[in-house]
Amino acid sequence: MSGQETHDLEARDPDSVVDNSVTAGDLLVILRHAPHGSSWLREGLDTALVAAAFGQRVTLLFAGEGVLALLTGQTAGPLGQKGTHGVIDMLAMYDIDTLMVDGRALKSRGLCTDDLMLPVTLVEADGVVSLLQSHRLVLNF
Amino acid sequence: MASSEIYRYLSIENREIGLDPEGFLVDMGDWSPAVAEALAAEEGRILTEDHWEVIEVLRDFYSRYEMAPAMRPLVKSVGLALGAEKGKSLHLMRLFPDSPAKVGARLAGLPKPANCL
Repeated sequence: MSGQETHDLEARDPDSVVDNSVTAGDLLVILRHAPHGSSWLREGLDTALVAAAFGQRVTLLFAGEGVLALLTGQTAGPLGQKGTHGVIDMLAMYDIDTLMVDGRALKSRGLCTDDLMLPVTLVEADGVVSLLQSHRLVLNF
Repeated sequence: MASSEIYRYLSIENREIGLDPEGFLVDMGDWSPAVAEALAAEEGRILTEDHWEVIEVLRDFYSRYEMAPAMRPLVKSVGLALGAEKGKSLHLMRLFPDSPAKVGARLAGLPKPANCL
């Protein structure tokens, strides 16, 4: 993983650069499910929004299938249900801007940060451990 | 969230607008500026230019994110759209006393904000 890539997005936004310092906050929400198919992702995002509305510092970790939540070009589901991309887009309005992505989950799906709709910070295995340690509360979805 | 059950009707422009028990529109498509004025009148409010621009921010927020904002994001989006001077909870409290996110969402024809405090 390299923070030196020449992608415009990465060059423009310092948030997307790999950051080895410990990210601390009140609540860490781990999202491990893809959009649609189940309500896990939406439930996790809703929880994060509620916490943020109450002024908690929230960090999101997209792991496993959860990384798919960040893909660009999403639409509503075939049954016309709302997608989760609107919520992802809205996170900044709730001051949730610490978005961590499990780098291995991204890579193993043939994806890179350019495929994602928001700037994120990549974490590797050790980084996940310190993320878990640096949050008072961890919720798994 | 708005309930889908019509609790009472608001008569306006020869139309019967369905409202839920908390006075939110059951069908968002019923909204018009005249409906907003009638809803405001029910609460004894008269909508001024300052109210309308916030209502517009609320409707933009919903059309973009498909969700009515809670107080914090409402303050933030008003600040972004109308300038820092207006992006203050004090300004919104003055315009929509008690609960700006909830009162504003109702007048803007949006569902009740899910994370409303």
